[in-house]
Amino acid sequence: MTATTIARPRRHGWRQPSVLPGFGLTFGFTLTWLTLIVLIPLATIFLKTAGMGWHEFVAVGLSDRALAAYRLSFGTAAAAGLVNAVFGLLVAWVLVRYRFPGDRVIGALVDLPFALPTAVAGIALTALYAPNGWVGQYLEPMGIKVAFTPIGITIALVFIGLPFVVRSVEPVLADMGKDVEEAAAILGASRFQTFRRVILPAIAPALITGFALAFARGVGEYGSVIFISGNMPGRTEIAPLLIVTQLEQYAYNGATAIATVMMLASFAILLALNLIQAVGRRRYGA
Amino acid sequence: MSGRMTALLARARLRARRSTTESRGLQIVLITIALLFLAFFLLLPLVAVFSEALKAGIGPFLDAVTTDDAISAIELTLLIAGISVPLNLVFGLAASWAITKYQFPGKSLLISLIDLPFSVSPVVSGLIFVLLFGANGVFGHWLAEHDLKIIFAVPGIVLATVFITFPFVARELIPLMMEQGKDEEEAALSLGANGWQTFWHVTLPNIRWGLLYGVLLCNARAMGEFGAVSVVSGHIRGETNTMPLHVEILYNEYDFVGAFAVASLLACLALVTLVAKTVLEWRFNIHGSGKH
Repeated sequence: MTATTIARPRRHGWRQPSVLPGFGLTFGFTLTWLTLIVLIPLATIFLKTAGMGWHEFVAVGLSDRALAAYRLSFGTAAAAGLVNAVFGLLVAWVLVRYRFPGDRVIGALVDLPFALPTAVAGIALTALYAPNGWVGQYLEPMGIKVAFTPIGITIALVFIGLPFVVRSVEPVLADMGKDVEEAAAILGASRFQTFRRVILPAIAPALITGFALAFARGVGEYGSVIFISGNMPGRTEIAPLLIVTQLEQYAYNGATAIATVMMLASFAILLALNLIQAVGRRRYGA
Repeated sequence: MSGRMTALLARARLRARRSTTESRGLQIVLITIALLFLAFFLLLPLVAVFSEALKAGIGPFLDAVTTDDAISAIELTLLIAGISVPLNLVFGLAASWAITKYQFPGKSLLISLIDLPFSVSPVVSGLIFVLLFGANGVFGHWLAEHDLKIIFAVPGIVLATVFITFPFVARELIPLMMEQGKDEEEAALSLGANGWQTFWHVTLPNIRWGLLYGVLLCNARAMGEFGAVSVVSGHIRGETNTMPLHVEILYNEYDFVGAFAVASLLACLALVTLVAKTVLEWRFNIHGSGKH
């Protein structure tokens, strides 16, 4: 009886045994810190929403002003994501496939939006695209207004989102062997057909991931947008700014309601994109 | 017979190679479009920051970055980064040790939860701490009774910054340590080293460049964070004004040279980060997030 219990290796409950020490310490610390810094604070949003009652939630969270803000935030983020999907793919393609002078420096520059503080990007873009700005002064006579319009917001979000697409697509393009393209060419496909039928399906999941990351970042983006957007309620007021406006009026419930709607909508869209990816993977077996 | 086959095959191969790259002309067109796009969207804003900062010459630039408010903003930004980066460094090490050295159920859920702050709007990241510690917040009453201030004070800014930069270090270390496995640590232990010795002499040297990489990105974000910090700081000049917030205040006061002068310091930080990051990637073959 006792012999069998001794012979059995010591079990650590739900975890597989390991000779390395420190699991209790590191796992316990990780879980505690995660709970204190991330989980409990995030949970307050939903607790506060649950406690405020349906009417109040709808009155602010789904008011006309809020709906206009969501449309603007999600719309410009999607537009910027699409621009980035096209040009990000082009930039990744050029960086992976072609050699040209300065290509490595340019490859490093792609990460600039990750490193540059958003407020700095915001005032720089405004300086460029304001009616009297470097670029804006040439667009103004043509009747194109960029700063203080949704176009300006989209440009700021293109800046913020570009590295997400490039860095998602780049490794997949680099790892893709030439053999499939060779096979396509031998079977008589033109270069464009090869791209559309062979390369694009293979990089589509990475492209969608990049789009999703850029989109999610764009929906919540604040610093780079508020300078160039003009912040007119109902027209160029993004959802994160509306949260700040509510907070400045001490309308905590209003701010929370808008934050909840934004988070739920983002999660739903990201989930949908994940599903599309899963379906795509099954079809192409990539 | 076989000679003809080889010749045919060779010709097919040549044709294939030709049609797996684009013609030089098309290449040049594509490169030009990509470069123009990057010049417009990345390079031009960067150039604008420095040129606007130095528009009125070096004198006004130096004046703007040495005002009392600017200096206290710089000091506060360094203090915030000085507190939040080490906190996330320790967390990142602990989390990646627990995640990569052991097998337990729920691991991928844990990794997703660590990544959560990346998918939350900066403004919401600030809001959650206002809801917890603000005057009307969950702990607001208790804090007021004990004369403690978190929101509109330095602790609130630290909390928001720690939240925003939470995943950076762990995210760099987890894939790296996963790849390295635990053979070396097990060898060290079997040779009689204790846990800490194993960590200091085996694990840490293996991961130091990846760790530095994560700390670099974490630091850049900590110093540059705007949205979250703006919600919790209260913008009190000389007290709770970080550099990015100071940029905003100057800009809204139409002191453009001042705003761009302080902004150019932050842009320098970004450039230093990019250079250091690139050097690490080239020399030590460390890849950024999203790369594999």
